[in-house]
Formats: sequence, structure tokens, C-alpha cells
Amino acid sequence: MTELSTLAGTDSEAVEGYNFAFLDEFTKRELRRKILKAVAIPGYQVPFGSREMPLAKGWGTGGIQVTLSIIGKSDVLKVIDQGSDESVNAVNIRNLVSRMTGVKTTSDTSRATIIQTRHRIPEEPLTKDQILVFQVPFPEPLRTIEPSEQVTRRMHAEQDYSGMWLHLYEDIVKHGKITIGARYPCMVNGRHLMDPSPIPRWDVPRLHKSPVLHLFCAGREKRIYAIPPHTLVEPLEFEDYRFETEDFCGKVCERCGSSDTFLDEIIDDATGNPRYLCSDTSFCEKRQRGEDV
Amino acid sequence: MGYVPVKGGSEAIKNAGRLVDSLRSAHSMDVSQIQGRLRLSVDQVMGEGGLYAPELAALAIKQSDGDLVAASFLIRAYRSTLPRIGYSETSDTTDMFVLRRISSAFKDIPGGQILGPSIDYTERLLDFEERGVTDDCDADDDADQEFGSEKSDIPKFKKVSDLLRDNGLLEDVSADNETSDDASNEPYDITRESIRFPAPRSARLQTLARGETGAMLALAYSSLRGYGSVHPTIAELRVGHVQLRIKHPYTGNNVCIGDVPVTECEGILSGVGATEITADNRFSLGYGLVFGQNEKKAISMSILDGTMGVSEPKTPAEDPEFVLYHIDGIDAMGFVEHLKLPHYVTFQSSLDRIRAVQGAGTGEVSDD
Repeated sequence: MTELSTLAGTDSEAVEGYNFAFLDEFTKRELRRKILKAVAIPGYQVPFGSREMPLAKGWGTGGIQVTLSIIGKSDVLKVIDQGSDESVNAVNIRNLVSRMTGVKTTSDTSRATIIQTRHRIPEEPLTKDQILVFQVPFPEPLRTIEPSEQVTRRMHAEQDYSGMWLHLYEDIVKHGKITIGARYPCMVNGRHLMDPSPIPRWDVPRLHKSPVLHLFCAGREKRIYAIPPHTLVEPLEFEDYRFETEDFCGKVCERCGSSDTFLDEIIDDATGNPRYLCSDTSFCEKRQRGEDV
Repeated sequence: MGYVPVKGGSEAIKNAGRLVDSLRSAHSMDVSQIQGRLRLSVDQVMGEGGLYAPELAALAIKQSDGDLVAASFLIRAYRSTLPRIGYSETSDTTDMFVLRRISSAFKDIPGGQILGPSIDYTERLLDFEERGVTDDCDADDDADQEFGSEKSDIPKFKKVSDLLRDNGLLEDVSADNETSDDASNEPYDITRESIRFPAPRSARLQTLARGETGAMLALAYSSLRGYGSVHPTIAELRVGHVQLRIKHPYTGNNVCIGDVPVTECEGILSGVGATEITADNRFSLGYGLVFGQNEKKAISMSILDGTMGVSEPKTPAEDPEFVLYHIDGIDAMGFVEHLKLPHYVTFQSSLDRIRAVQGAGTGEVSDD
């Protein structure tokens, strides 16, 4: 398979005049310490001195700080945005890391050692040797019910999540269903309520007892949190109103024929009817080639 | 197949950049022209970028095609590559080499009002004769030399706030600062630690100093206009150069490493109608200090410093979280503009929910 770094026209050496992986070593050390703390307290948001990156806030500055602080020369990086390796923002981030480190990049999920993602978990099962880095716009799951950071931090400290339960209850009373689309709040390790970043509900069950280290980072909001391997991750639900994933019943990807993946709905230019394609483009291509995934 | 979802991203990015290049190539511009002629833009970018580097700020303005928030962003990103070596000693702005100082609290102040460089008192009329005219730089050079030769004669000015303080009219904040900051005298460093609430005053002032001019202006204005009670009288607004000193790592002596131009504003929170008086019957002071000459930001900063100190916050400008989380131009611009990124997956989740709710309402869709 062609290396994407070759496609992007970047060479294998890091750019002159910049430290390996852009950040200075003090910053990397700080980030690694904060990551260790996050791993030690699953789901707890660790504040850190987020730096400005050569990437706009809200475009993955958190994810890229984590990636740059943990990446080594032997790593192989994959970057996806909404499931796609070729989305403009994914390309941009991959180019930046590749230029600043010279590491190999790939679109093949199974070959990557670090996968930075915006809003998806790859369909292909991940292994204990891989780290998934999430870009996070809103680290605080309680923000929808409480605007003040000072207050939400206290709510976490006291494990006071009654406001969120009430929010879900009111949702059901008003609409007959829980209407949260992406960013579905989860209890992590039975202790901290966590925002899993805007992954679809489809991906939420895949965080549960996963063998992978999941690192979450919000650059603008300056928070790092983690789900270490084999951690309990439970979406909030009631006994009579269960958590539901997106319903793709009866729909298949028109490229690879999958009926077990998260699908993007596309409005057909000609007919105006919806069509469906896998959101995970790398997975879709593998299936089309008949590879075992 | 009529639609190919976001393929060929690399090629598209390259071409988008090429189009911008073609727009730029129409008119050439020198970085030194920006640094020399657009000095207030350069000052604003250094302030919001949080790095004193006039030439780099001018380069950033050029590279961002004049978008000042985007230019500040370039400066901030560059700043992240520089290690933090140390902190300067406290600079006393009483020792400022003053170019301009005005007070709106007193008609006559010791040392006098000095207007300095200002267009405050000019008519806002477009000067059509300026069109097509290339500025003559020689006259300016002469003025600079003349001005330079007088440097040694320019005295230091006692600050108006010190006069008020000497008369027991201003609250003493030094004790306050020490208790709210960490026990050590090191300031809270918002570039190395994420801001936490309640935030110490040093963190508040730093965040304000890097805030976006327009955002701070709007929030400060909201307080003046009616969403708040803080309406300061400017004890003193001064523009000038302040020396920066560091402790020499080997000798331990204070060494001057240069000076930076700054604008400083001290506003007495006298209020209009409702005067803010402290527990010990004194006025309190709002403080503003920014790089270069940026008077509207320095005044806005002093107002917001004041509003955030109000004992019972009632309005947005009085809520430290509201102010400090929303005035950063780089944060705000990035996050608002990220809406241009694809949201196919998250929108698909929302579609799924609204269809489910609609189905639940009409009974058309079963629960499977």
C-alpha cells in the first residue's frame, strides 16, 4: 500500500528549524505527565497548559498535542476525520505531523500504532498495541446542563450527576426518546461521567472493555482525559429507556455491501434520494478488495 | 455515481492555497512597510499573540492578508515553539518613558497632560488627497532624531493613582493579590497552566492582556451601557516604554534586557450614579496594560478587571468565566470556523434521532 506521506509529497525527515514533533521537550514532558494522570483516573478531566498549535482551535489542537507528545520515530500514524483519511482536515493534520517528525503514515488501520481521530472509531477491531487519540470539542459532559466550569468541577468531585439524569428524563417526557445524537454521556469505571467526544452512538459500545488505550484531548478547553484498556464504559440509560445506537436497519453500503458499519447518508445528485456509503473509508476499501477485516 | 465524498483532499488543499497566492501576487508589499506604517495593527497582533516581536507581527499580518486575528494566531503558534526560560522582575510603570499621558479625573495633574501621538482630537474625514500619494519618510526621520536627542530631558511622572492612594482614597490591593495568588510571588502563568476558577487576579490580567480587542471592547461597553454598574473614570492613561529586567542567572543582579512600548490604563471605579465603594470606604481601581499603543483595549481591560471584581456578579461582564473564556480571539475564531469542517457523522446521529422522535410521535416507525 502506498504511504500517504509519499502521496502528500512530504519527505521522511523532520523540518529544519523545529524540534522533533514541533513542541519543545518541556511541553512534551508536561503533556506526558498529564496523560499519565488521566490514565490513572479514568474519565477524569486533567487540566493542562494547552499550547497554540499551527492549526486553528477547534480543528484538532488537543488531539495533535497528545499525538506529538507521545509519537516516536518508529510509530506509524493514521489520521481520520469523520471516518475518512482523505478529508481535508485529516490530510492537513497528517501532513503537519509527518513534516514535524518524519514518521511513516498510513491509512491502513491495522498497520497504525497511533490513530488520531475526529468523531469516529475505526470499524476494524483495534489491538492493545494501538493508541487511539480523540479530538475533543467539549470535554465537559455536564456543560449542556451547567455553563460554569467551577460548578461542573464540583459536581464531578461530588459525583453529582442527578442533573444529567433529570435532563435525560425530561428529554423522554418531551420527545418520547433520548434525543442525544453524538457525544453520548458515559460513566467511566463507575465513577466519572465522561463526554466520549462527538463519536456517533454507534461507536460508544466499542469503548467498553476495549483493549486499546483511548486518549482524549481538548486543546481549546485545555483538558486531557483517558479510558485505559479494559475499562468499564457505560452509556447512561434507564431500565425502560435503553441506550440506542443509530438505526441502519435494511441499509447497506453501496460500495462494499456492508450492513454492519456506520453509514454516511448521501443525497443523490440526480434523483434526490438517499444513498449509503461506509463512513470508514479505509475499512470500506479493504472490504471492496475482499480483505479479511 | 454523481457524488464523490471528500476524496482528493490533498490536491484540493494545494489548489486552494494556489488560488490565494494568485490573489496576493497582484500587489506586492514589504514587511517593513507594514511594521512602519501599520504600527497599531502590529501592536494589536503582538498583544493578542502574546509575543513582543514587531517584525514577526508584521510578517504575520502580511501572511494573513491583513486579518489581525489570523495574524495573532500565527504569532501564538510560533510562540509554542519557544521554551519558557524565565520570568522578568516586576516593572514599575512609574519609571515609564512616557510618550503620552492623560487623565480624565483631574484637569491638572502634576507633570501635566501630555497628548503625545493621538488622533483623538481630529475630524474623521476621509482625506481624498491621500489617494495615490506615497508617504514622504524623510520628515519623519528628522522628527525622530530631534525627538531622540531630547530623551534625556524627559522626566518621570508620578502616577495619578499614587496621588489618590497617598490621600487614602484608593483601596490597597497588594495584600489582596498575595492571598489570592499562590503563596509564592510567582504569577500564575496562563500559558503553562490551564486557568481554574476562581482565578487569581494575575491569571485574570494575563488573559485580558492577550484578549481580542473587539471582544473586550464589546463586553466592556456592555457594562458601561447598562449590563453592569462599572463605569470608570480614567485616573490615567499612559503610553510609553517600560524597561524589562531579569535576574542574571550567575551574578543574581537585575539586568535590563530592553524595553517594550505599552499602554497602561488605571480606571477609578467611581461609577455613574452607582459608585463602587469598598468595605473600607475607598475607591477601587481597574487596571489595564497591553503591548504597544492600543488604548481602547487598555481601557476595556481596566473596565473588565473592575467588573470581574464586583462582589455580587449579575451581568455577563461581571462573570469571570464568561469574560475570560470568551475574549480569546484565537480560541473564538478557531472554534467558530471549525463549523466549516465536515460534520457528516454527527449530523447523521442527529438525523437518526429526529427521525426516531418523529416516528415515535406518529407511530410510523417501530422500535426495532
